[in-house]
Amino acid sequence: MAGGDQGMPFLSLDEGFQGPRLLAGEVVDDASAFPEELLAVFDGATEDPARWAAAWKELGADLICLRLLSTDPETGGASPEDAVETVKAVYAASELPLIVYGCGNPERDAATLSAVAEAMAGCRLLLATVEEDHYKTVSAAAMAHGHAVLAFSNLDINLAKQMNILLSDFGVDRKDIVMDPLYAPLGMGLDYSYSVNERIRLAALSGDRMLQCPIISDASAAWDVGDATSDDPELGDILARGSNWEIVTGLSALLSGADMLIVRSPLAMASLKASIAALGEVQ
Amino acid sequence: MATAIEYFKLLPKTNCKDCGQPTCLAFAMLLANQKAELDDCPHISQEAKDALAESSAPPVRTVEIGSGERLLPMGGETVLFRHERRFVNPVAYALTLDDDWAPELREETLAKAESLAFDRVGMIFRLDALCLRCKSGDPDTFSAVAKELAERWDGPIILQSSEASLLITAGEAIASHKPLLHGVDAAGVEELAAFSKKGGCPMSVSSSDLRTLAELVEKARAAGAEDLVLDPVADGMKGILESNTALRRSALKRKFKTFGYPILNDVTALEDPLAAATLATVRYSSLVILDDLPVEQALPLFTLRQNIYTDPQVPIQVKQDLYPINDPDEDSPILFTTNFSLTYFTVRADIEKSRMPVWLQVVDTEGLSVLTAYSAGKFNPEHVAAAFEESGVLAKSSGPVVVPGLVARMSGKLEIEIDRKVIVGTNESTAIPRHLKRLAESRAQE
Repeated sequence: MAGGDQGMPFLSLDEGFQGPRLLAGEVVDDASAFPEELLAVFDGATEDPARWAAAWKELGADLICLRLLSTDPETGGASPEDAVETVKAVYAASELPLIVYGCGNPERDAATLSAVAEAMAGCRLLLATVEEDHYKTVSAAAMAHGHAVLAFSNLDINLAKQMNILLSDFGVDRKDIVMDPLYAPLGMGLDYSYSVNERIRLAALSGDRMLQCPIISDASAAWDVGDATSDDPELGDILARGSNWEIVTGLSALLSGADMLIVRSPLAMASLKASIAALGEVQ
Repeated sequence: MATAIEYFKLLPKTNCKDCGQPTCLAFAMLLANQKAELDDCPHISQEAKDALAESSAPPVRTVEIGSGERLLPMGGETVLFRHERRFVNPVAYALTLDDDWAPELREETLAKAESLAFDRVGMIFRLDALCLRCKSGDPDTFSAVAKELAERWDGPIILQSSEASLLITAGEAIASHKPLLHGVDAAGVEELAAFSKKGGCPMSVSSSDLRTLAELVEKARAAGAEDLVLDPVADGMKGILESNTALRRSALKRKFKTFGYPILNDVTALEDPLAAATLATVRYSSLVILDDLPVEQALPLFTLRQNIYTDPQVPIQVKQDLYPINDPDEDSPILFTTNFSLTYFTVRADIEKSRMPVWLQVVDTEGLSVLTAYSAGKFNPEHVAAAFEESGVLAKSSGPVVVPGLVARMSGKLEIEIDRKVIVGTNESTAIPRHLKRLAESRAQE
């Protein structure tokens, strides 16, 4: 379960129910683009998505976010059948709720995610992503097999709302939608995203039904920021620095209204988990 | 804040245009939006001015500490959410040092404070202040160290002690630096407030109980102190979030003047100072006191502050310029994009990821993104050619020019304008690395 807030994030002043904040540990089936310093923390588990997911469970992740990068036709081109095997293995190894991303190529993702949806019927995955130009195949597969969809929109409250309207008109229940209004990481437009999150949550609280869905923010994008991972020893070591960029990105997302985060670094997972616990304390 | 009508009532209503506006009403509307100054009207009476100054004062008082170029204004805030209007005075970060430390230890902190400065796209991100805590309990030691510090450090100084007499002695010693006198216990508030008024040094009032905090503020005001800072002494993240929110909501929504002051948060006792400072930065803090700030925490924190305090109504722009990425040479491809910072950052990150050398030309489109700028006529072949001309990039590299896929339509005309082979690039920035690799492969074959 995600969402359900009746007040602004973590504020018991607002006296409403506060839903849980959930952290998804990121697993990819091709980690070649990740910094070595980060991979080293997982001590070899990153070579196998199932082991990686199990490692996240140990680290206290609430769910797993699996990115099937190997299905990209431009590089590996793994088939939908291969993808299904990976999903099954990850799901079995972690026994945690699962977000499944494709590779970002819309046609390929439609094929991959449809196959995954069918093979994992009833497991209630969160299928990512559906977007304005291509949402039908994946949404239909999700509806047919009891999954939820992750609705992506590009940094704009109106686009986020429009996406939810499109999905509702198509027949997707609002209970089966998680919104991703694109959380730009620290230093790359976080200011816009912070305000989009806040505005979405404020609008939802004041009764805009079409924005009353949980929000997910991708904190792992912080690792794409130049300052977070550049080879500049004067800025501190890469693991600590990248993790801190992810912590600040993720915590600001939570405080602006995100219900779920995607997290890449175990250090960030630990810090964000502790912050959620500290902020959730009843005084 | 006064409304346009409240301003209008007090203006001369002569529509004389001396303020540069066609009518007094137009001027009043600018005033209400903080786009004009009261002094722009040469005819307004002193009476009206005083009346307006009262009602137009921001609901959170601006309190200044420090002096000279590093004068630090705190507070002055007008809204709860940054999308309503730009947050006014960015939060400041302070590092602590104690008066009973060996001098070398203090020197170390000073050096650290000075080293925490980064130049980012023409902006300096730096550590703002130092907080000197009295641990010796001795007025002479505290004053002597405060003096020493004031000579050595030109940024703002916070003096911290629970005893009013200690704060007063040290405050007097460096009064010209306008330190913030912080940490006095409830019993000393009146004595310190009297000094604060006389010596012109701002002071904080501290209590974890907001009712008590309100009483202390009233005590300090009754004793004449005007420049106050609120310290809700939060002992955890939850406390910071709720106290800061309650204080700011009272000041802005309930017009409760007693809480209309900047807020400070001392996070030195908290388990995760970075997380606490992040929280304080996005939730109304004007001053965060930290024991340490390692460089790998400082840059993300300073970046967050910059992000949160940008003007939500102005698209952030980068300078029109030529940006070399991954050490380009005289054969590297030339890419160009708009000066909307989100576009620039995304394109830059994707080029960096490709590890391929590229000249990236940023074209001034007044902060509009690629398609919007093209539709608005601010991103056409002539603009691009002029930017190329200004930077001299065509002389720096003989490589092909790559036009963003979304504006492929301009490639023919651009080719003629610049007399160079133009290649159509990708629609999405994420596809740039792949495109660059292919481009390199096909050029190698030629």
